[in-house]
Amino acid sequence: MTGLELPVALVLLLNLAVSLQRVMRGPGDADRLLATLLFGTTGIGIIVLLAFADGGPARTGFIDVALTLALLATLSGIAFARRAWRRAHDDEAEPANDEIEAR
Amino acid sequence: MPLVEFASAILLVTGAIFYVVGTVGLLRFPDIYTRLHALAKVDNLGLGCILAGLALQAESVAVALKLLLIWPLALLASAVIGYLIASRAAALGIKPWRQDKP
Repeated sequence: MTGLELPVALVLLLNLAVSLQRVMRGPGDADRLLATLLFGTTGIGIIVLLAFADGGPARTGFIDVALTLALLATLSGIAFARRAWRRAHDDEAEPANDEIEAR
Repeated sequence: MPLVEFASAILLVTGAIFYVVGTVGLLRFPDIYTRLHALAKVDNLGLGCILAGLALQAESVAVALKLLLIWPLALLASAVIGYLIASRAAALGIKPWRQDKP
């Protein structure tokens, strides 16, 4: 325990808060999903840091939670890319070209 | 301060810096491909630094190995997701950003 765990975890948390701006601005579905993936990676970092800031026997449990979070973020990203990400109105008229570009 | 703690502190701070750089990239890069590039590489480097720094503090080899095992998983995941999102974006016809665009 170097005393740095909690400050670094706080920096990562601020990082997450700032990256919410990308969720608001978009402009497309994929840009918002990227912020979700960032939550995955940064969440692992925060949980592992908290495990070592707290110390004690609960540490390995925290690490298991971090592993699960990594798996869940991966699955959500894959499901999005393979299944959910379609053109805005797939079964209606084909969107104009510049609309696709904007996304 | 013992050498191990010093190395651990340096790795933790380096990791935090990489995370901040990744977020700056996510916010400032112009299109989905460049943002993917910032997210998939820099953040995982930050995660690797933090995990290595904490593994130095672990009380047993088993805990340290478990920490270090998270990293290959995250690397594999970001490689797969980066490929899938980029290829899907290309299939949807999203054009890569160019500086000399009129």
